[in-house]
Amino acid sequence: MKNMSIVLKCLNVKGGYELSEAYIDAVSNVSLELRTNEIFGIAGESGCGKSTFIKTIYGYIEPPLILKDGTIELYGRNGKTFNISSLSLGYLRKNVWWKYISYIPQNAMNVLNPTMRIRDHFAEIYKEHMGLKKRDSYTRAQEYIESFGLPNEVLSAFPHQLSGGMRQRVVIALSLLFEPDIVLADEPTSALDVINQRVSLVFLRKAQRKLKNTIVVVSHDMGVQSVLTDRMGIMYAGKIVEIGETQTIFENPLHPYTKMLIKSLPRLGDKTRRVGAKGQPPDLRNPPPGCRFHPRCPYSKPICRKEEPTLLEAEQGHYVSCWLME
Amino acid sequence: MSELLLEARNLAKYFGYGFLGRTKFPAVDNVSLTMENFPKILTIAGESGCGKTTLARILLGFIKPDEGVVLYKGKNVHKLKRGEKKLFRKEVQAIFQDPYETFNPLKKVDTYLFGTAKHMLGVNSKEAFARVEKVLEFVGLSIKEVVDKKPREFSGGQLQRISIARALLAEPRLIIADEPVSMIDVSLRMNILNMFKDLREEGVSFIYITHDLATAYYISDEIAVMYRGMIVEIGPASEVLLNQYHPYTKTLVKSLPEPGKREEWLKEKVNPPGIEIKEFLVSGCKYADICPNSSEKCIKERPPLFKVGNVKVACWNYQDQD
Repeated sequence: MKNMSIVLKCLNVKGGYELSEAYIDAVSNVSLELRTNEIFGIAGESGCGKSTFIKTIYGYIEPPLILKDGTIELYGRNGKTFNISSLSLGYLRKNVWWKYISYIPQNAMNVLNPTMRIRDHFAEIYKEHMGLKKRDSYTRAQEYIESFGLPNEVLSAFPHQLSGGMRQRVVIALSLLFEPDIVLADEPTSALDVINQRVSLVFLRKAQRKLKNTIVVVSHDMGVQSVLTDRMGIMYAGKIVEIGETQTIFENPLHPYTKMLIKSLPRLGDKTRRVGAKGQPPDLRNPPPGCRFHPRCPYSKPICRKEEPTLLEAEQGHYVSCWLME
Repeated sequence: MSELLLEARNLAKYFGYGFLGRTKFPAVDNVSLTMENFPKILTIAGESGCGKTTLARILLGFIKPDEGVVLYKGKNVHKLKRGEKKLFRKEVQAIFQDPYETFNPLKKVDTYLFGTAKHMLGVNSKEAFARVEKVLEFVGLSIKEVVDKKPREFSGGQLQRISIARALLAEPRLIIADEPVSMIDVSLRMNILNMFKDLREEGVSFIYITHDLATAYYISDEIAVMYRGMIVEIGPASEVLLNQYHPYTKTLVKSLPEPGKREEWLKEKVNPPGIEIKEFLVSGCKYADICPNSSEKCIKERPPLFKVGNVKVACWNYQDQD
């Protein structure tokens, strides 16, 4: 695919948590390219390193989290390139975050300051990044909020006066304020009920289609991945084991782990017995050798226990790391 | 013997809010349920704030309802005598959402298991050990893995299985499980739900409380959909979830993200329900302000449950079919 422009490139990223007694290998040699104008999903179970991975992409690396190796490059609009992995937190904060890349942490709806009205959250960001006066920022915030179709009253409300779903939509709107090239959203709706989840995600997608930027959605919920994302990657124990177009992955999953995730998904109208996985995900302080899925894999061969498979292109645009494919 | 196992009649529970909590709103509003003597899995489904957890706590006898009664084998659960209470506590077991909160973090998990075996069943140490071994085996754990460990040494999935094992030790007739798998990863979630299905075959009934309609469909025989403290639709799970009579149930099912539903899921516009207290207080149908087909009658008068085939629906649209 030649015309696809790349907005972010991770190459052999290794990162994790350096604790006094052990090192947690949360992101183990991950490479990934993100394209412009797409919603990219990262799926995987708790503890697979997906949150750590996007934190690393954002460059938000503070002890105990460390980046051991690898590069992360962001190709922003107007030809601006940032080598995120080598920039300081101070520089990122001032010049890159919000403008080129923004991050919605987990449970972000609870990060709004309870003593500040929503419009003052906008004012604060406008002031810091554009030096706007309060009154100008209020007008701008109003125009901005209206352009998303959110009700005007939201601006004068305090966070607690809004429902969880509305707070989440406000946080999404805030993250898009300076039209960043990339937005990283960590479990943006896992705390919401299905109706609010749907409203918020449709909102996110509309905004993405309007700005034609890139949104990364980390979600353990394969249902959400299937209806929202364009492409996706599946993480297991610190590795990306499969990447492809979302539709392809659901129709033709190649990695045994992906197959299991999709097969164990209950669906309305289908009562056939679903079988979950045996065993537990590995402890990343001491991950198993070879393919990290081999202790739970029904098809594991001797080589799986010894050598690590590489991520190979199985069909166009569909990558998988599994010895069965070779 | 047509005696019911558990019956809830017109339950209501009011919580105060506002200045000194003087205004009351109903968290549970006129809810009736029955669990027959044969094993069945009844799901109580609804979103956060619909009152499903409060309902569970009333059924378990943890809190008293302001109106209505809960009868277990014909006896009022909130007015049991000592011996009856012991039997109720043994026969009706609870499983909660967060297994780390179920167990004291400083106490070894096995003390709960042996304690339950000794106190509930009155067996000696040797027999207790055998029983514990048996229930652990049922949930896929060995006694070696469990003994001498504190809760934090287990993963969430393992600990939830231990809390199920603990519940099973008492040889319950009914298990009330409040979001038992919502904190468990998908790959392990199905194992726990399958366990419930298998237990049902062995004669244990379940009240499964969840917001997740897909797992509800998977395991339940019957389902009650709650909205703002009320049951808006109740009946056989497959009929309720596949046909959806109440407009609220329709919206819920349509909003469920599932593979193959991408187009319609992204397209259609839905109104999210607010969380205003006033929605609990309206005199008419609580869904009327969001409902696409609401009429003046809906706003003024609360609909009772109308019968539509095997399903009961609280919606004026089905008045004529009753």
